[in-house]
Amino acid sequence: MKVSLSWLKEYIPVDLDPQEISDRLTMAGLEVDSLENLYDYLDNVVVARVIEVRKHPNADSLSCCTVDAGGQVPLQIVCGAPNVRPGMFVPCALPGAVLPGDLKIKKSKLRGEKSEGMLCSGSELRVAGDAAGIMDLGEGHLPGTPLETALGFSDTVFEIDLTPNRPDCLSVIGVAREVGAFTTPRAKVNLPEVILPQGKLVSKSIHDYASVSILDPDLCPRYSAGMLFDVKVGPSPFWLCRKLESVGLTPINNVVDVTNFVMLETGQPLHAFDFDNVAKGKIIVRKAGSAIDFTTLDSKTHKLDPEMLMICDGERAVALAGVMGGENSEISDTTTCVLIESAYFNPISIRRTAKRTGIATDASHRFERGVDPEGTVYAMKRAVSLIAEICDASITRDIIDEYPLGSMPVTLLLSTEALNTRLGTNFSAKAIGEILQSVEFGVEQTQENQLKISVPSYRVDVTRPEDLSEEVARLWGYNNIKTSYPLVPAKGKALAPVLGLREKIRQTLPGFSFYEAINYNFIHEASCDRLKLSETDARRSVEKILNPISDQMSVLRTSLVPGLLETMKRNNSQQSDTLRIFEIGKTFFATQTGELPEEREMVAGLITGARCEQFWASKKTGVDFFDLKGIVEGLLDDLFIRDALFSKLEKGVCPYFESGFGAIVKVSDTVLGSLGKIDGQVLKNFGLKQDAYVFDLDLALLLQLMPESIQAAPLPRFPSLSRDMTFIVDKKIEVGAILGQMKLFAQGQSLIENMFLFDVFEGKPLAEGKKSLSFRVVYRSTTKTLEEKNIKKIHTTLSEVILEKFQASLPE
Amino acid sequence: MQNSIADIERQALENIGRAGSSEELEALSTRYLGRKGELTGFLRNISSLPEDERPGAGKDANLLKVKLEGLIKQAFSDIEARLAGGLADIDVTLPGRPAVRGSLHPITQVLNEISGIFMRLGFDIAEGPEVETDYYNFEALNIPKYHPARDMQDTFYVSDNIVLRTHTSPSQPRAMEKTDPPVRIISAGKVFRCDSDLTHTPMFHQIEGLMVDKNISFGDLKGILTTFVHQFFDKETSLRFRPSFFPFTEPSAEVDIRCVMCKGKGCRVCSKTGWLEVLGSGMVHPAVFENVGYDTSIYTGFAFGVGIERMAMLKYGIDDIRKYYENDIRFLGQF
Repeated sequence: MKVSLSWLKEYIPVDLDPQEISDRLTMAGLEVDSLENLYDYLDNVVVARVIEVRKHPNADSLSCCTVDAGGQVPLQIVCGAPNVRPGMFVPCALPGAVLPGDLKIKKSKLRGEKSEGMLCSGSELRVAGDAAGIMDLGEGHLPGTPLETALGFSDTVFEIDLTPNRPDCLSVIGVAREVGAFTTPRAKVNLPEVILPQGKLVSKSIHDYASVSILDPDLCPRYSAGMLFDVKVGPSPFWLCRKLESVGLTPINNVVDVTNFVMLETGQPLHAFDFDNVAKGKIIVRKAGSAIDFTTLDSKTHKLDPEMLMICDGERAVALAGVMGGENSEISDTTTCVLIESAYFNPISIRRTAKRTGIATDASHRFERGVDPEGTVYAMKRAVSLIAEICDASITRDIIDEYPLGSMPVTLLLSTEALNTRLGTNFSAKAIGEILQSVEFGVEQTQENQLKISVPSYRVDVTRPEDLSEEVARLWGYNNIKTSYPLVPAKGKALAPVLGLREKIRQTLPGFSFYEAINYNFIHEASCDRLKLSETDARRSVEKILNPISDQMSVLRTSLVPGLLETMKRNNSQQSDTLRIFEIGKTFFATQTGELPEEREMVAGLITGARCEQFWASKKTGVDFFDLKGIVEGLLDDLFIRDALFSKLEKGVCPYFESGFGAIVKVSDTVLGSLGKIDGQVLKNFGLKQDAYVFDLDLALLLQLMPESIQAAPLPRFPSLSRDMTFIVDKKIEVGAILGQMKLFAQGQSLIENMFLFDVFEGKPLAEGKKSLSFRVVYRSTTKTLEEKNIKKIHTTLSEVILEKFQASLPE
Repeated sequence: MQNSIADIERQALENIGRAGSSEELEALSTRYLGRKGELTGFLRNISSLPEDERPGAGKDANLLKVKLEGLIKQAFSDIEARLAGGLADIDVTLPGRPAVRGSLHPITQVLNEISGIFMRLGFDIAEGPEVETDYYNFEALNIPKYHPARDMQDTFYVSDNIVLRTHTSPSQPRAMEKTDPPVRIISAGKVFRCDSDLTHTPMFHQIEGLMVDKNISFGDLKGILTTFVHQFFDKETSLRFRPSFFPFTEPSAEVDIRCVMCKGKGCRVCSKTGWLEVLGSGMVHPAVFENVGYDTSIYTGFAFGVGIERMAMLKYGIDDIRKYYENDIRFLGQF
C-alpha cells in the first residue's frame, strides 16, 4: 500500500516530519517499508533561462536555443515547442536525468545540431497538465536551481507493508485514522463531504432504469448502486492523474480513474458498468451455477466453476463479482450511461474465485481481506459526485442499496483484568478506554473492571476481547510494556533418546574427519533411475510435490545417497577431490493416498579421493572399501553396537553399488543399513568421474540396538598370552565365516579374550586359488598368569576345528 | 651354560653404543649390573669355575663392572646433553602427519547453541513431522482455508490436505494435544516454502518456542526473548518489539535487534534502518487454545519463532543464504 503525505494531509492535520510519521506508523503495526521523495525523478532537472532562440537550420518545426542552466557556459538545446522565447524561465532536464516514461536524457545531435539537454513541458515532468508547449516558470528564478526547489514541491510516498488483518488501512483514510491516533492533540479524520450536484439530477428514480437482486445474500450481503447519464468519457484532469500516478497507478479514463481514486481513498472497491450493455437493466448477484466461459475486461477467458459468485444482467454474466468486470460491459470511449457498483462480498468466496481463476486485482485483494460493510454507500456517492463533476454527467435523485440481512455491529465486553494479565500491565479502565477511543472505538464502562466496546465497522480484524488487547498494546507501545520473567515450576522432561543418538553421531563423524552436509529434502524426479533402483524397490515409493520449484526438486527423497552424490559433484567441480561428508536427515516413503508419508531418519556418509592429505613421508593413496567399512565399524563401536555383521549384498538390493563391492550391516535379523562402492554407471548418471564410497544407516534401528546403559568392567590383573595360527584355505572362503566359527568356539572358552585377523596373503608360493590367513588369538585368565601349557590344548583344538570346517591346511 | 666374560663384554658394548634413550640405558644397566643382572650372576656363580680360573675371572668381571658403569654413566650424560643442547637429529620444521578435522554444519552449530540457551531456561524439546497435515500446519493455528494469511507462506503441497510444513509451529498444537499446561517446549527443524531467489531457499530451518501456564504475559514474552538475544549476541544488543500479525498469536510482535553489523548506524544488511528483524512472536491466540481444548479463561501463553539461517548469517557474516545448501567444503570447513 502506497500513500503520499500530501494526500494524507487532506484528511488529517499532521505536522510531524515524514521520518517521524514513518517510525510511528511502523511501531503501531503498519510497517513502512520505504520512504520515497515523490519528486526524486526531478533530479537533474533545473531552472534555465532562455538566452537566444534561432531556427534550426535543417528543420522548420525545431529551434536551437541557447540557455543558461546555471553552468559556467550556456548550453545549446534543440527544442520543438512553439512557445519558447528569449528571457523565458523554463524547466531544463540535464544529461543524466530520467523523466517519467523512462526517458533518459543525454547529449545528442538532432538533425545535425547538438542538443545538451531537454526543455520540458509540465506534463512531461508530471508536474502540470499543459502539453502544448514548454512550461513557463514565470519570473524571478536563479538559473541552475533544482526545479523541485524552485516550485516548492515536496512530497513523500510511504510504502506500507500491510499485514493481512488490516484491510481498513488499504485506504488513505484508513492510514489517516492511524496517523490521527498519534497526533497531539488527537485529531479526527475529516471525511470529504459528498455533495451531489443538484443541477444535474434527472427527474426519474434509479428504480425506473435499474434493479438489483441478490440471490446469494451470504456471498453478497450488500450491494449499493448509483447511476449516471450523459457521461463524457475522456482523459482525467491533471490532479486526478497525478494522485493515481503518485501511488503507482496508470490513469485510464475519467470514469475508471474516479472509481480507482475512491477505492484508494476509502478502501471500497467500485466497479463501473456501461449500463447500455446491461441487458434489461437488471443486476442479478448469483453463483455461476454451471461451468461457463467468461471473458474479463483484460480480454482473457476463464473457465468458471459453478460456485463462483457472478454479477449477471438480464441475460448473461457481466462481472466476476469482486474480482474483475467483464469485457462485455466495460467502460469505453462511447459509454454514456454508467452504473456504479459498490458492494460487500464474502471474503472467502472472493478469495476462492481469485485463487481458482488466478486473477489478483486491487479489488479482490481488498474484498478477500474484508471491506467495511457500512462504507458502500458513502464510497458510491463519492464516486458518483466526482464523475458527475468531472465527466459532466447527470444523476438520478436516489440510489439502490440492497442490504438483505442488515448490519451486525460488533460489541465486545472487555475485562480489564484479563487484558492486564495478558499484557503484564496495570491499566485502569479509563486508560484503556482512552486508548481505544483514539482509533474511534466506542467505549462504555459497564462495571468497575469491565468495558463495553463498540468496534468500528471497518475494523473487521477485531472480533474478540483478545484483539482489543493488541489494540491497547500497540497504541500504548510494545516497548512501553514492562519486561518481566515468568515464574515456572522447575521441572522438565528427559530428552528423547533420538536426540542423544544424533548428538553422538555428530560427535563421532567429525572426529573421523567428516564435514556435515545439509541437503534439500527434495530431489530430482529421475534420482531413482539414476540410482538404478529396480521397479519394485521400496525407495521408488516417492511422494511427489504437486507444485515443485523445478524438476530438480520435485520429489521427496527416499534416500540420502542422491544428495550426497550431488554434493560430491558440486565439490569436485570446485577442485575439491578429497571429501568426507555425512548427513543426518529424514527420508520419506509414501503410504496411502491422503495419509502422511512414513518418515525415516537416516545417517549417510560419503568418502572419495585420497585416504589422507598429501604428506611428505608417505604416498598419496586413494580410499577404498575398507576405509569406509572402518568408519562404519568405528561409528557402531562408538554407539556400543558391537555385534554387527557385514555380509555381501544380494543382487538388486542396492543396485547403486558396484557388483561385489557392497555389503549390508546386520545385527541378528535387523538390517541397519548398507555400504559400498558406487557403481560406475551410477557415477556417470550423477556426472561424477572418481570413485565414491557410501554408507547409510537407519537411526530408529540404531536406537533399538544401542544398550540402555553401560557397565564398567574390571581391568585384567594378569598378563595376556598371544598365539598365532595360519591357515591356507580356498580363496572363496570369507574371512567372516572363519572368524564367526572361531567366535562360536570361543563362546565356550573363558580363556580366549580376543581374536583377530592380522595378515592375508595370496600368490606364490601358494597354489593358485588359495590364500593364507593369519589370526592372532589372545588368551588371558582372570586368576593367574597363563603359561604355554594352560592354552596349548585349546589352541590346538581351535586350529583343528578350523582345519576341518574349511578344508584348510597348515603352512609347510 | 654361562656366557664368558668376553661374550658379555662384546654384547654390552654393542648395546650401550646403540642405546638412544635413557630408558634403554636404564634397561641395559639392569640387564648387566642389576641384582639379577648377567655380570652380577657371573660373579655369584664364580664358585662353579675351576679353582685356578676363579681369581682371574673375578678380577676381569670386576674390571668389566667398573668399565660398564663408566660407559653407561657417560652415555646417560651424552643423551642429556643432546636433549638440553638441542642437537636435533630431525628437522622439526617438516610438516606433521595430517590429522584432518571435520565439523558440523553451521546451521547445526547455531541450532545447538539456540537450543542450549532455551534448555537452560527450562524448555523441553518437542519434534514433529516435516510433512504435515493441512490441519496442524494451518487450521489448528487459526489459519482456515481461503484465509489471506495463507499468502504469507507459499506452500508446497503433496496432496490437497498434506503439505511440507511451512513453519515449525505445528509442533505447538501437537504438543498441547498431548499435555496439559504448564507447557514449555522448543521445536527445531526444517521448514519449506516455495520461494527460491537470492534471499530465499525453498528449505530452511526454524526454532519454535511455546510457554503456556496461568498468568503468562506479554511482558514475560519480552523477558524470555530479551534473555535469548542477549545470550546469543551480547548483552549490549538492544531489542524492539513491533506490532505485527500472525493468525495464531494476539497480540503479535516482530522482534528487531540493533543491527549487529553497523550497530544501528544503517548499512546494507539492515537496509539502512539500523534494525534487523530476527524473531516473530506473540501471545497464543485463544482460537489455538480452543482447538486443543485449553481453557482460555485460565491459561495464557506465548510463542515465538526464529529463522536459523538468518541468525547464522548474522553470527558468521554469511552473505548468501544459498551457500548453506551447496555444501562446498571450502565453506563448511570455516566453521
